[in-house]
Amino acid sequence: MPETRDSITDIWGPRTGFDGQEQWPTRIDEHTTEAPDHWVQSACVLCSNGCGVDIGVKDGRIVGVRGRAVDSVNHGRLGPKGLHGWVANNSPDRLTKPLIRRNGQLEEATWEEAMSLIVQKSKDLIAKHTSSSIGFYTSGQLFLEEYYALAIVGKAGLGTPHMDGNTRLCTATAAAALKASFGSDGQPGSYADLDSTEAILHVGHNIASQQTVLWMRILDRLAGPNPPKLVVIDPRRTYTAERATVHLAPRVGTNIPVMNGLLHLIIEAGHLNHAYIEAHTLGFEELKATVAKWTPDRVERLTGVPADKLRAAADILGTCKTLVSTVLQGVYQSMQATASAVQVNNLHLLRGLLGHDGSGIYQMNGQPTAQNTRECGADGDLPGFRNWGNETHIQELADLWNVHPDQIPHWAPPTHAMQIWRYCETGSIKMLWISGTNPLVSLPDLARARKILAKEDLFVVVQDAFLTETTKYADVVLPAAIWGEKTGCFTNVGRTVHISHRAVNPPGEARSDFDIFVDYSRRMGFRDQHGAPLLTSTWQTTEDAFNAWRECTRGRPCDYTGMSYAKLSEGSGIQWPCNEEFPDGKKHLYEDGVFATATDYCETYGEDLETGAPRSKEEYQAINPDGRAFLHGVDYEPPHEEPDEQYSLWLTTGRVVFHFHTRTKTGRSKALQDAAPDSFVQLAAEDAARYGISEGDMVEVTSRRGRVLEPARVGGIEPGMVFIPFHYGYWDQADRPRAANELTLTEWDPVSKQPHYKYAAVQLRKVHA
Amino acid sequence: MHLATYLGLLEDSEKQLTRAFEHVADKHRDEPDIEQICQKFSAWSRNHHGQILGFVEKYSEEKEDEPDKLKRDLFARNRSGALALLRDLHDLWLLTQQVQLCWTVIRQAALGLRDEELKACATYCAARTKRQTDWLLGRVKQAAPQTLLVAE
Repeated sequence: MPETRDSITDIWGPRTGFDGQEQWPTRIDEHTTEAPDHWVQSACVLCSNGCGVDIGVKDGRIVGVRGRAVDSVNHGRLGPKGLHGWVANNSPDRLTKPLIRRNGQLEEATWEEAMSLIVQKSKDLIAKHTSSSIGFYTSGQLFLEEYYALAIVGKAGLGTPHMDGNTRLCTATAAAALKASFGSDGQPGSYADLDSTEAILHVGHNIASQQTVLWMRILDRLAGPNPPKLVVIDPRRTYTAERATVHLAPRVGTNIPVMNGLLHLIIEAGHLNHAYIEAHTLGFEELKATVAKWTPDRVERLTGVPADKLRAAADILGTCKTLVSTVLQGVYQSMQATASAVQVNNLHLLRGLLGHDGSGIYQMNGQPTAQNTRECGADGDLPGFRNWGNETHIQELADLWNVHPDQIPHWAPPTHAMQIWRYCETGSIKMLWISGTNPLVSLPDLARARKILAKEDLFVVVQDAFLTETTKYADVVLPAAIWGEKTGCFTNVGRTVHISHRAVNPPGEARSDFDIFVDYSRRMGFRDQHGAPLLTSTWQTTEDAFNAWRECTRGRPCDYTGMSYAKLSEGSGIQWPCNEEFPDGKKHLYEDGVFATATDYCETYGEDLETGAPRSKEEYQAINPDGRAFLHGVDYEPPHEEPDEQYSLWLTTGRVVFHFHTRTKTGRSKALQDAAPDSFVQLAAEDAARYGISEGDMVEVTSRRGRVLEPARVGGIEPGMVFIPFHYGYWDQADRPRAANELTLTEWDPVSKQPHYKYAAVQLRKVHA
Repeated sequence: MHLATYLGLLEDSEKQLTRAFEHVADKHRDEPDIEQICQKFSAWSRNHHGQILGFVEKYSEEKEDEPDKLKRDLFARNRSGALALLRDLHDLWLLTQQVQLCWTVIRQAALGLRDEELKACATYCAARTKRQTDWLLGRVKQAAPQTLLVAE
């Protein structure tokens, strides 16, 4: 029973130091409970990193995993979640039969009964209220083929604009920021840029906990000759921050002042690539004027970041010859999310640090397949990064699916998740189909979310592998096959596409999300404009869907036309674009400084970054970006809720290294669960003293939305702020309110529509046992 | 010279718009995006209003009585249900148009007067008013099909 390393006590494992002249050395991490009789090619789905992994199978059961040494993403390594999360597949409480609510109780049913009920309900609603009474809320966990099936079912079959995913909660801002600066989604760089870069910037991204394997790559650079300098912007002293050359710890909600302050210092010092700015960007003078107000002293007063530290960071970021930056939830889930994320793009544009070895930007994803939710249009985007405002793009989709262009809703951007929930609340969406996600732990303001799902006039379908907090409110529960039990492809945050082969059969009658959506398409009798069955209804296998998807991407930034199941199975990860010109994929986008902003090519005509108002095609044409990137300057706005006398502390939420999302998988792995068994509230020693709280005391945390009870953890955070991890809900422990989102706000970024989880005003009280 | 009269009309219109955004923010608090953006826009209009006051004073000698008939009666009090939001956004859009046209007229006068300050003020405020209009139009377009076809 090999376990090559103990990833619980030593999260990142032993160092294999290296520098830019060499490849990152290989280290094969493995954890099996029995000797497998064979291995099956796959990739890990427990974060957005996309590590290549082989699934070990014995007698038709998964018995472990090992990292794929040949894979460019991880060079054989795996993190604690990857090494232990697979155990959930074998969990005895997997859903194995459909459930239907009868007389208030969920009871076992046949697939025929469950699907007939969903189809009948759909048809009734369409007849009475149009297909706009049906909404879909999906995930960042399904495979590419499943999202593309869902997108066609929704957009061409039903013709409803209401489809989004939980990706709205985690990476909508990544897409919005890339679109705002470069004209299209798509990360410009490659992980290999970390191997040679001179400097690394992490903004609101606790990479050490979030993407443990990518952090190993950085740790190995730090352990080798010529280590990169590391700038970390995070209000907490995280594992990542502990290794920083310069750590800036701004107050909650002040990302814009810090970023503007850095840009101001860099512009003032003249650390600019003038030729690049002139040839490849628009908006420099406006940006310069906006950031000029943010002198180091002013930044210090507002954010608490000492002026000399800001200068030290600006010096690194302004003088490095190569730079890799990463951005995540500390930016995406906070005030002015898109505007702040875009400032990191600005930094790279001002210095011309894009499109070459050693430089790149990661507007990070959180989930393994979030990139595909976006690419395939199973969220508020259209398939193939097409532009909802561009009639030609709509016609291309109509041609691919052989439907009339007006069948595809494009009168406004596809409805974003928070608006979908609002339509459910006000009663105009009457059927909500949730797949692969658990909103009753992950949505903000849970009391409100529970009330919505409990509504009598809302028919709720939930497709999942387990009973969850959300299935409690379902009218129909469909048992889903998961990773390892189905074949499909997915794309990591670095544009790297992996194939994940079916290793074992799903338990009981569980079916893949792909089979469920295709079955729905057939049962609904969706037709194309010539009366033939709609594309989805013709698919027999996921490979059929992949081949159709390739056609959908032809000529688009995410071009898959050079890939096939065979080619993906021969190697171990291929980056898009992959086509005739780049048969092995492409390491960098925008090498020539030509961005995806041409009017007929761009994914969006852009938005007002302060208000979110969409820009018209005519206005966009008047600007005529024609391949140049946008530099956007935005000034500071204070958060909408700030501490006051009644609620005197900031709450911020986030992750712990051993869990993923709402723990539906990681909570079922004994190793991971034992490593992080319960939620907690972290507070500074000063605040602990003020409230008379000691380590381990039970603390009541209250906001205007709700209350939770959490054991105290003292230290590692700035005074005035408390932290609660977002993973913990009620499916395995319901003896006290403990989900962080009982406290959070219902509000969102005007551009990306991503909710603000990173700040809320709360009060503390020690609870006497 | 009727400049002061028109400044008065603009001043009154921005005041109405300030209040209208505030009213809609308050009334539609359950729509988080509406509440927050309308509060922001109310603050923008209040700022515009403040900027106009200086010019109202500057050109006050020629001021005639404010033309009452140009006042509008929008935002019927008893509106409720799904249609209320769409109708309120509709009325806000109309008010921004009123303000926008006033700024256009005033800017023309500023050009004739060679009043650089007034010209700069009109340019700045007109641009922000357009952003208010653009947002309202986008939100109206989003809400329209759902409100007219699906909501009860």
